[in-house]
Amino acid sequence: MTEPLLRVDGLKTHFLTRAGTVKAVDGVDLRLDRGEILGLVGESGSGKSVTGQSILGLVDPPGRVVGGRVLFQGEDLVGAGEKRLRAIRGRRIAMIFQDPMMTLNPVLSIGTQMVEAVRAHEAVSRAEAWERSRRALARVGIASPDERLASYPHQFSGGMRQRVAIAIALLHSPDLIIADEPTTALDVTIQAQILFEVQKLCHETGTALIWVTHDLAVVSALADRVAVMYAGRVVETGTVAEIIGAPRHPYTRGLLESVPSRNRRGVPLRSIPGMTPSVLDLPEGCAFRPRCDRPTAACTTMPELAGERDDRAWRCWNPVAAEVRGDAA
Amino acid sequence: MLVFILRRLAQSAVVVVAMSVLVFAGIFAIGNPIDVLISPEADEFERAAAIARLGLDKPMHEQFLRFVDSALGGDLGTSFVHGVPALGLVLQRFPATLELALCAMLVAVALGIPLGLWAGLKPDSLAGRVIMTGSILGFSLPTFWVGMMLIMAFAVTLGWLPAGGRGETASLFGVQWSFLTADGLAHLILPAVNLALFKLSLVIRLARAGTREVALQDYVKFARAKGLAPARIVGVHILKNIMIPVVTVLGLELGSVIAFSVVTESVFAWPGMGKLLIDSILQLDRPVVIAYLLVTVLLFVVINLIVDLVYSLLDPRIRLGGGRA
Amino acid sequence: MSSAVAKAPPVETPFLRLARDFARSRTALAGLAVLVLIVLAALLARWVVPQDPYDLAQLDILDGMMAPGSLGGSGWTYWLGTDDQGRDMLSAIVFGLRTSLLVGVVATLIALAVGVAVGLLAAYAGDRVDGLVMRLVDIQLSFPAILIALILLALLGKGVDKVIVALAAVQWAYYARTIRGSALVERRKEYIEAAQCLALPHRRIMMRHLLPNCLPPLIVVATVQVAHAIALEATLSFLGVGVPVTQPSLGMLIASGYQYMLSGDYWVSLFPGLALLVTIVAINLVGDRLRDVLNPRLNH
Repeated sequence: MTEPLLRVDGLKTHFLTRAGTVKAVDGVDLRLDRGEILGLVGESGSGKSVTGQSILGLVDPPGRVVGGRVLFQGEDLVGAGEKRLRAIRGRRIAMIFQDPMMTLNPVLSIGTQMVEAVRAHEAVSRAEAWERSRRALARVGIASPDERLASYPHQFSGGMRQRVAIAIALLHSPDLIIADEPTTALDVTIQAQILFEVQKLCHETGTALIWVTHDLAVVSALADRVAVMYAGRVVETGTVAEIIGAPRHPYTRGLLESVPSRNRRGVPLRSIPGMTPSVLDLPEGCAFRPRCDRPTAACTTMPELAGERDDRAWRCWNPVAAEVRGDAA
Repeated sequence: MLVFILRRLAQSAVVVVAMSVLVFAGIFAIGNPIDVLISPEADEFERAAAIARLGLDKPMHEQFLRFVDSALGGDLGTSFVHGVPALGLVLQRFPATLELALCAMLVAVALGIPLGLWAGLKPDSLAGRVIMTGSILGFSLPTFWVGMMLIMAFAVTLGWLPAGGRGETASLFGVQWSFLTADGLAHLILPAVNLALFKLSLVIRLARAGTREVALQDYVKFARAKGLAPARIVGVHILKNIMIPVVTVLGLELGSVIAFSVVTESVFAWPGMGKLLIDSILQLDRPVVIAYLLVTVLLFVVINLIVDLVYSLLDPRIRLGGGRA
Repeated sequence: MSSAVAKAPPVETPFLRLARDFARSRTALAGLAVLVLIVLAALLARWVVPQDPYDLAQLDILDGMMAPGSLGGSGWTYWLGTDDQGRDMLSAIVFGLRTSLLVGVVATLIALAVGVAVGLLAAYAGDRVDGLVMRLVDIQLSFPAILIALILLALLGKGVDKVIVALAAVQWAYYARTIRGSALVERRKEYIEAAQCLALPHRRIMMRHLLPNCLPPLIVVATVQVAHAIALEATLSFLGVGVPVTQPSLGMLIASGYQYMLSGDYWVSLFPGLALLVTIVAINLVGDRLRDVLNPRLNH
């Protein structure tokens, strides 16, 4: 087996607050090959965004990575110094955030924010950096880029700002882009355009992508593989077809059944009973147990992430049978 | 942008008119204008002549028009003590005060912004707490007492710096300035620091609050995700955002610094218009007091106008939005 | 705070809760203790200090300008030194505190009364009255307090009463604005509408319904303003336009030490200044804590 582009082993990110230790990420394992698109799925509070930020060491205090490894091309980023991380951020691993209204600095022009991103990693002239920025904007489908570079963020719509953020992420042709719900704040039509373009650009450049989202529909349209997170842990992972077609973890199945689908017309949508548990006081054992419709005595201890292959696994003592989906409910 | 400037100009004009009515009312309606405008040492004959000359026997609205007319012509009466036009006297002292006020602002910004940034980036560190305690003290300490203690420490006990006066000056644009000579600069340091103290505390608070807020914004995290150096993130991304409130408040505070220089000028015998005001009040030289008041009002209005324009230059959202409602 | 609508809420419970919240900050408690000591000393001045500094019969000119800790001719030690008249500085400071506190507190109370009346009226009357009053308040607040006080005193002349008037005139606008702000919020609430539907007299609605609900922010502003008033009075007296020499405040004492300071006799200015500083800091500590405790957003 070849060394994957990224391997996350037992990553733990905790927030040490006055109210107690919040274990936002508590033992996450992921792997990603070159050019692969991974959908990281979960409800809000499941730790998926913190996972994305932990990979690049961007978690703000009181949050801290307290354990595990993030192996990027064999190099552990958890132990890496700030200087080394800075050399990787934006150049080898880029990031796109959720709210495009907030990710661009309101008092700096787009050109300034792009040129500085180019020059942070390459000693090129301002003019050269400007030219690179211009091409990057054109590549994400922004018309009259020269004019746009002189503009300020508030003159752009949300979709346009997110395109700018994507253009910035692509400036150095990184090996990996971590996109944290980048389309959630956008209109549905724009969401579709951006999804399509990101997929196309990643395939063109061979960039791998981690797409953090709560939306299984988005993932199914975009990703190669999926990892489902619940309460700070990955509960199931597999290819899109496996996750959508034959979910094994009851939580994944619950998620799928709460999404409307053409194939299940007439079947009432289900919702998962209960609420995402507070990460401040998780139940002993399997965190999903209180909401699960099939808990057993075994569930009071934490199941391991295990399954057919390394990349087809689930964290459940009595998984849903592979063929259940579709006829029950 | 043009509409914005015009609208602000109109607003300023309204304030100036309102204030001149108030000043007029203060002298003519509340106080006895004869006391205010005619020297207490004048005899009966001079009084009668002056009343006729000033038109104090005319109806109120006519008097107001006369007042406005002569004020527009730059005539605000003659100083009882110095025997020269009051306005000229105030204006002649103005550069000294302006120099002191600007230096104080410079001190407040040059020290306050870095300290506030530091305290904002590391609020729980020892340095952060010390800075905040210092700024609370700065708000509590009465300016004049601090000034005296500065004189005691640095002039009397240590003998490093002069205790008062302007020192040697040099001429620039036909005006005498202290900051152009070494001796003048030495004289400037203590008063400038003294006057800056209050604003320094204010700048620290503003910068700290701004930094704490901005540092949590997504765009700061995005800037880090781009791989920018901390110096660039703090020095450009954070600094430019906190400068907007700081510049606004500081600009508005320039007026109050000029007013407060009354105190510092008295402590350090700095020959500015604040010292002139106190001397004039103590010597009952009222035309000078009126002249000072009108000059200050005008100054305030102009400062507010400039601050608004600078503000719109700093914040593109306002500049291109075509002005505020 | 909405429980205050009931006519006679159990008075102890909210007060005790406030007291408990307040006591949670040790700095604030220390500030309060110091403040109580200062007020007591000022009130009981005649009994706590060794001499009446303004009874000339008690002064010994031979004891003039003695350094702190010196033994005086009459046998006692001048712990804080003496001034040129042979006046014990400790006694002078305690008496000065009296004047400073008196001016600060009275001026604040007058300003509070005027400001509350004007602010409530503006908020209750609304529209044109409100617009006019608030424009006036804005114009006044756009000028520094010290400038307005200076000009007023230039017109009025010296005197404790005149300083009080000037300080009250400087301050009222803050209260007017503060109470108008909270009154406008309260006015839209249903209990006021209910009172209006009952056709209660306007005065009653304002005094019994609106005012009690607008008080908390006002208490905070007033506390801190006492400190401001004391500092401003000291400054004005230092500049020679404040209280008369016959009734010196701390500011006056500091000013009288100015000439001696240049020759190195620091104590005449230093100790009154420290007393002033301690008073102001103590008041501010208490005020800050009150603000935190009374702020409903932080309470829950």
